[in-house]
Amino acid sequence: MFFWEPEVNTLLTQSINLFATGLLVLAFAMIAQRRILTLIHLFTLQGASLVAATLVVAYLTDQHHLYYSAAITFVLKVVLIPILLHRLIDRLNVRWDVETLFNIPTTMLIGIVLVIFAFNLATPIAGLSASIARGTLGIALASVLLSFLMMIVRAKAVPQVIGFLSMENGLFFAATAATSGMPMLVELGIAFDVLVGILILGVFMFQIREQFDSLDIRHLEKLKEE
Amino acid sequence: MIPLSGFVSQLLEIILALAFAPLLTGWVNQCRAWLQNRSAPGLLQPYRALHKLFNKESVVAESASPIFRIAPYIVFGCMALVCAIAPTLSTDLPLAPAADTIALVGLFALARVFISLAAMDIGTSFGTLGARREMLIGFLAEPALLMVLFSASLITQSTSLANIVETLAHQPFAIYPSLAVAGVAFTFVALAENARVPVDNPATHLELTMIHEALILEYSGRHLALIEWAAALKLFAYSCIGLALFFPWGIAGAGTPLAMIVAIPVLLAKLAIGGVLLALIETINAKMRLFRVPEFLATAFLLAVIALLVHVLLGA
Repeated sequence: MFFWEPEVNTLLTQSINLFATGLLVLAFAMIAQRRILTLIHLFTLQGASLVAATLVVAYLTDQHHLYYSAAITFVLKVVLIPILLHRLIDRLNVRWDVETLFNIPTTMLIGIVLVIFAFNLATPIAGLSASIARGTLGIALASVLLSFLMMIVRAKAVPQVIGFLSMENGLFFAATAATSGMPMLVELGIAFDVLVGILILGVFMFQIREQFDSLDIRHLEKLKEE
Repeated sequence: MIPLSGFVSQLLEIILALAFAPLLTGWVNQCRAWLQNRSAPGLLQPYRALHKLFNKESVVAESASPIFRIAPYIVFGCMALVCAIAPTLSTDLPLAPAADTIALVGLFALARVFISLAAMDIGTSFGTLGARREMLIGFLAEPALLMVLFSASLITQSTSLANIVETLAHQPFAIYPSLAVAGVAFTFVALAENARVPVDNPATHLELTMIHEALILEYSGRHLALIEWAAALKLFAYSCIGLALFFPWGIAGAGTPLAMIVAIPVLLAKLAIGGVLLALIETINAKMRLFRVPEFLATAFLLAVIALLVHVLLGA
């Protein structure tokens, strides 16, 4: 034991809040981002801040299974899925695509309302939890809602998939913040679900483009040929 | 009766701001030139430009009203006062009670209103165009700046800039997520307010894009010199406010006049690093279309609001 340990622990607890805030800000940045390539970079960063937050929680609460889940998150969300996404946009030939989003400020204002809603909702729940990161439950909830919003407002398939993945980031963080992590089996199951999900969605995107010559999912709303 | 140490620190701050503001501009220009593979102008080039302009005759248009003549003095006065209030070296400032953070934003607004009025005064199309663009940016940047300052106020329970910095600088080190987000928002606002690259290019006279240069197109001689000097002071003030809020270490507190001796080199080192970062931002970003600027500043405003919300949620 070192004499400066209490101070370091306080700083580490505060750094969880910092990483959580980073997660939230990155979710906002994704909503406002037009370029698909930057979107993938932002998603990678979000995964990295998630890994960092999980590591700090693992160290502070001395729970070894959180180290494993941080490792899985790193391999999956910082390395594997971004590589898959890069290959996907290369093969779909949409690497430099810029999506035309209408009215980003309005979307972001809706996002702020969602954040206030999530914070209000989470405050009483956080009071029931004994986890050291319970204050960040509201942030996790807000990230999930913001990713929802992103999936709603985006018209193209790739950003929607990234919104889906970012929602999973938020959920994972909520689990870490409120309950110090899910059981290992559940985490492994979710990790493989996400991985398989992105592979299937990738195949799906090729099919969409084959059918409609575009990745705009509005084409899917028509059920009949004219 | 003002105590002597406060008087000395106040005087030193004003002199430092007036003397070193053009140097900061020169340093940023030099870094920018190096990063862009150009041969850099000398570090003292802004002083030479000021010297040249002060010695030149000031030509005023026939249709100019008195507003056109007094605007440079008002703008310069506002910026000098801002530099005096911002705790650059010490928080022991007799002038600090003159304006809290809200009045500080008001001082920037006053300068903006007068420079815009003066630009429209002559009646040329460029001046009016510049004035409109300046007001567009200003009315979006001001609420964002206020929100940034408020999130610092919430932490320290005070709206006086000197008190805020005093509290932040002399407490045990703590990580404030809200201040981190507010810092990003402040960077956005500072880029927009100082006519820096993603919003405006300080080195261009291209009609389609210029904002700051269009405003001052009609000025010459000592009037232009004062406005250029005021622009340098504004950059200096923004840099110092940002450094004082987000990196407050090394600023002397009340009752420790000797700490001022350390505070000067610390401030200069921080400004030098800040200048390099500013040049880096200006080099790696392209100037955005004017119609994207509201989006850019809305992002800054929303980031600042998130900072406030995060503070309310986490209490930090």
